[in-house]
Amino acid sequence: MSARVLVGVKRVIDYAVKIRVKPDHTGVVTDGVKHSMNPFCEIAVEEAVKLKEKKLIKEVVAVSCGPQQVQETIRTALAMGADRGIHVEVSGKDYETLGPLQVSKILAALAKKEEASLIILGKQAIDDDCNQTGQMTAALLDWPQGTFASELAFEADKLKVVREIDGGLETIKIKLPAVVTADLRLNTPRYATLPNIMKAKKKKIAMVKPADLGVDVSSRLEVLKVDEPPTRQAGVKVETVEDLVGKLKEAGRV
Amino acid sequence: MALRAKILRLSLTANRNLLKTSVVCNKRQLSEKASSNPKASVSAENIDHILYTEEHFALKASLRKIIDQEINPHVDKWEEEGLFPAHKIFKILGSAGFLGVNKPVEYGGLGLDFSYSLAVAEELGNINCGGIPMAIGVQSDMATPALARFGSAELKKEFLQPTIMGDVVVCLGVSETGAGSDVASIKTKAVRKGDEYVINGGKMWTTNGTQADWMCLLANTSDGPPHKNKSLICLPMKLPGVHIARKINKIGMHSSDTAEVFFDDVRVPCSNVIGQEGMGFTYQMLQFQEERLWGVANILTVMEKVVQETIQYTRQRKIFNQPILHNQVVHFRLAELQMEIELLRSLLHRATALYIKGNDVTKLASMAKLKAGRLARELADSCLQYWGGMGYTSDVLVSRFYRDSRLMSIGAGADEVMLSIICKYMDTLPRK
Repeated sequence: MSARVLVGVKRVIDYAVKIRVKPDHTGVVTDGVKHSMNPFCEIAVEEAVKLKEKKLIKEVVAVSCGPQQVQETIRTALAMGADRGIHVEVSGKDYETLGPLQVSKILAALAKKEEASLIILGKQAIDDDCNQTGQMTAALLDWPQGTFASELAFEADKLKVVREIDGGLETIKIKLPAVVTADLRLNTPRYATLPNIMKAKKKKIAMVKPADLGVDVSSRLEVLKVDEPPTRQAGVKVETVEDLVGKLKEAGRV
Repeated sequence: MALRAKILRLSLTANRNLLKTSVVCNKRQLSEKASSNPKASVSAENIDHILYTEEHFALKASLRKIIDQEINPHVDKWEEEGLFPAHKIFKILGSAGFLGVNKPVEYGGLGLDFSYSLAVAEELGNINCGGIPMAIGVQSDMATPALARFGSAELKKEFLQPTIMGDVVVCLGVSETGAGSDVASIKTKAVRKGDEYVINGGKMWTTNGTQADWMCLLANTSDGPPHKNKSLICLPMKLPGVHIARKINKIGMHSSDTAEVFFDDVRVPCSNVIGQEGMGFTYQMLQFQEERLWGVANILTVMEKVVQETIQYTRQRKIFNQPILHNQVVHFRLAELQMEIELLRSLLHRATALYIKGNDVTKLASMAKLKAGRLARELADSCLQYWGGMGYTSDVLVSRFYRDSRLMSIGAGADEVMLSIICKYMDTLPRK
C-alpha cells in the first residue's frame, strides 16, 4: 500500500500537573509548567507506526499547530517512529484562541496537499476535552469517520473500525480515505527508545503558516471567564433505602 | 478537566499505572503552586543548559516514562521483599537503549559521550529508592567501561553485548572481606594452569550478586608488585565452584541484593581476561572515575527532590498556628542546602565537560564524590528533622533517603580514600 498517514499531535499541559487558574481568570497558568504530548495523540502515533511496521501504509507524517515549542512534541512523534513532521506556525493571540474548527481546516488542507489517505487523531485533548477536531476534519473533507476507535484493521479496500460507544462496541467498515480518532484501548504507546530519539534528530520538520494553506485562524469564539470547578461539598449519609428515596424526592431529583 | 480523572481511572483499569506512585499522590494533595512537579529542573521548556541539548531532555523524558510506569509503582513492594527483578527491569531498559549509552555501536551501544550517561544517571534519581538506580548503574556504567575500552572482540560479543541489551545481569567483584578501600591488598587469586585460570578466594559487597549472570572480577594473576599483578576477568557466575554464600542485610538500599561470593577452584579460559594481564588495577582505577561521576549525578536529583518534598510538607504542616516553613531557621536552612546542591552540580558539570574532552578528571571526580557523600548526610539529617515524627516513619521518602544515602560516603571509594586521592594530587601526602 502506498498510503500516507497524517497524525495530529497536540502539545498540552502534562496530565500529572495540578492545574491553576490565572489570577485574571482569562485562562490557566502555562508558563514554566510541564507540557507533553496529549495521551490520546500518543495512542494515535503508536497506531500509525504500527500500521507502517505491518507494511500496510508507507509514510507517517506528524503534524502540530502552535508556537516554536510544539516542535518538541513533533520530535517525540518522530522518536516513536513517524517519518517526518510538519509544524504549522501559530503563535501569540492566534494560538490562545486556536480551536477545533481552525485546526480541522488546517488538517483538511494538509491532507489534500500531502495526498494523505488516512488521518489518525486522538479522540480529544485533555486540556479542552472538545472531541471535535476529528469529526470536523472528516466533514470538511467529506471523508468517512471512525471515531473512538479501540481496534483498527484493513479489510480488502476498507477500514474496519471497532468503536467504543455508550452501549458497548460498534463495528463499522469505512472506505478510504478516512479519518479515525483513537480511544484509550486502541494500543499501548511504545517508549521512545534512545536510538530512535537520536535518529529523530535527522528527520525533517517542515514549517508552514496557516495563510500558506489558505486557512484563516481567527476565532469566532471569545472566552469570557475561566474558573475552577466548585469545591466538592460533603454529602449526606442516610440509614435506609426509604430515607434515600425520601431525600431524593425532597431535592426534586425523583 | 473531568477527562483527567477519567483517564486516571480508565488507565488504572487498563493496567497502565500512570499515577500509582505515592510520591505523585502527595504532590497533588500538598501542592499549592502552579507546577506540582517538585523537581526544580522539570520543564524542558528551552532551558539554557550548560551541558544538555534537546536530545538529552528527550532521553530523560522517555526514561522518566519507563520509571513512572514500570518501576516506581513496585518500589515499595520490592523494598519490603529486599529484592527487585533485575532481569525484567534491565531487559526493559536495555531494549529502550538506556544501558549502553556511551558504549560502542558495534555491540548495541549508542556511542554517545559521557554527558548522555550522566543524563540517564540524573533521571534515574526519580526512582523512589536508592537501591535500584545503584543496581542499574553497576550494569550500565560500573562493571563495563574497562571491557568496552580494552576487551577483545570475542569477549565483547560474549559479555558486553548481552549486558547492553539487558539480557544478562552483571556484577562487579572488587571488594573483599579483607580489602575494601585498600584495593591493592585483595587476596583472590587466579593461577594459570595451561589455557585456564583456577580462581580461589571470595568477594564481598557485590551489588546484583545474587542475580548476576557474570561478574567483572578483579583478581591477582601473578606474583608481582600489588599494582601490577592484577587482572580483570569476565567470570560466568554459573561455573562450578562459584558459591553465593549469602545475601547481606543492610540498613538501606533494601531492594538491591548485595552478596558475599566464594570461589572454590573455579576454572575460566585465559581468553576471559580483559585487555592485558597485569593491567587490572589500572583499568579498575579508570572505571572508578565514571562510577564516581555517575553516583554524584544520581544523588543530586534525589537530594533536590527531598528538599522540594520537605518544602511542600512543611508548608502545609502547621505547628503553633503557622506552617513549619514560616520559621526562618527552616526556610534559611533549606536555602543553604539548595545552594550546596547547585555548587555540587556545577562541579559535576565541569568535571564532565573536561572528561568528555579526554582529560583525566580524577581529582575533580573525587572531590565531587566526597562532597556528594557529605552533603547527602547533612541534607538527609536536616530534612528529616523538619519532617518530625512523620520523617521517622517508613511511609515517606525522606526516611528511606536517610538510610539509602548513607552509603554514598562509604561505597565506591570511602570519603577518606577520596581525601587521600585529592591530597596525592595536591602533593601533600607524606613521602615514603
